[in-house]
Formats: sequence, structure tokens, C-alpha cells
Amino acid sequence: MDWQGQKLAEQLMQIMLLVSGVVACATSYILGSFQMMVLIYAGGVVLTTLITVPNWPFFNRHALKWLDPSEAEKHPKPQQSVSSKKKPAKK
Amino acid sequence: MHSFGYRLNALLTFSVTILALMCAMASFSDNLNTPSPSVEIQIVNINWFQKQPRGNDEVSLTMNISADLQSLFTWNTKQVFVFVAAEYETPKNSLNQVSLWDAIIPAKEHAKFWMHTSNKYRFVDQGNNLRGKEFNLTLHWHVMPKTGKMFADKIVMSGYQLPEEYR
Repeated sequence: MDWQGQKLAEQLMQIMLLVSGVVACATSYILGSFQMMVLIYAGGVVLTTLITVPNWPFFNRHALKWLDPSEAEKHPKPQQSVSSKKKPAKK
Repeated sequence: MHSFGYRLNALLTFSVTILALMCAMASFSDNLNTPSPSVEIQIVNINWFQKQPRGNDEVSLTMNISADLQSLFTWNTKQVFVFVAAEYETPKNSLNQVSLWDAIIPAKEHAKFWMHTSNKYRFVDQGNNLRGKEFNLTLHWHVMPKTGKMFADKIVMSGYQLPEEYR
């Protein structure tokens, strides 16, 4: 799952759970059945699990573009010249 | 959100939090219900009225109880416990409560009832103060919700009197 997909998954999870909670509360208060609330909410949780927990392809539409290895060699990582002073234990 | 386990964990935590909120709201919604229960109790007969060998007065009586407690039930009500208590004053105690009958009402369909019964529990005084005693019959109820706070209330009915003589 890429970065955008992770953000999408979290937002989807929160919104879907909140909506199913509100729907469950409202319908069962109107119908006067506590059992209905639990069932609707359980259904909402299962649906949310199915949508946001597995790594579906639509969470992977924004793949990171890494630099080409040959390109990376032209810009070498800065070397730490003073590292020996910081780690006296390794002498 | 980068792995399967992390997403599942986040989902379960958040869903249980919302479930708790929903239960709190269900409990709160009980406050919107203003119950108007009604009850009537007639004492049909004093079956017997005597002094126990130890000196305590004991009465057996037959009652007609008709009650409509349907308005106590909301969508968040598990059951309702009701009991009828005889309440009276004696020189020693300003309030004596003797439970005569009780019941558990499991559903709204059973909350409107009529009942002809003698006292389920013995009506015994601590002493011999019952001759000619005026007393109240009080219907107490405790509403047990599925989630949240329990409610209790009562209806007091006065104007009952025991006979002057043992029989």
C-alpha cells in the first residue's frame, strides 16, 4: 500500500465506521429495537473491514518513483568524517 | 496504516470506541422518555390476622393488582422489577416497609396486567402494632436498561386499613 493509499484507507475506515454508527443509532431508535442497532453496526464494521483492511489494488495507484540506481551514483551520500569521535567505544 | 495487522488494529480500536459512544447515547436517550405508569390495588379479603406465638402480628390478605407499566419500557430496557410494599408507621419506627409481592417483567407485552393474588411474602410486623393500622401500599419499580443507568421510582397508594380484631 502506498502513501496515498494509506491515507485513503484510514480516512475511509473512520468515515465508514462513524456513518454506520450514526445510521445504526438513528434507525434503531426510530424502530425501537436495541438489537437492530447492534446488528446494523456489526454489519458496518464487517463491511469496513473488508474494504479497508486487505491491500486492494486501488490503494496502490500512486507508486513512489525511486531514482534510477545509475542516477543515484552521481549524487553520492554525504560521508560523515567526524564519526570516529562520536563512537569511542568502537575503537 | 502500512500493514494488514496495523489496519486491523486501528479498525478494531476505533469501532469499539464508537460502540461505547453508541451505548452512551442509548443510555442518554432514556432521559427523553417520561413514563406515566398507573396501578390500582384492591384488598379483596383479609384471609387471616393473628398474633404469632412470639408476639408479632401477622396478616394474610388477598389483593387485586392491575397495572399498566408499558410506558416504562423503551428500546433500551432489558427488564423491569416491580414490588408491592406495605408501608406504615409505628411508635418505634417512622417507616416500616414489608414486601408483599414482586415480579420481573421481561417485556413490554407483559407490562399491562391484572392479577388476583394473596401476599407472596409474609406480612409480619415487628411487634403487635397492626390492629386497626392504616397503611400505604406502594408499588416500587426498578428499570434495568440494556446499557447505562438504572432508574427507580414508586407510586404510593394510601387509605388501607387493617381490622381492629384478630381473625
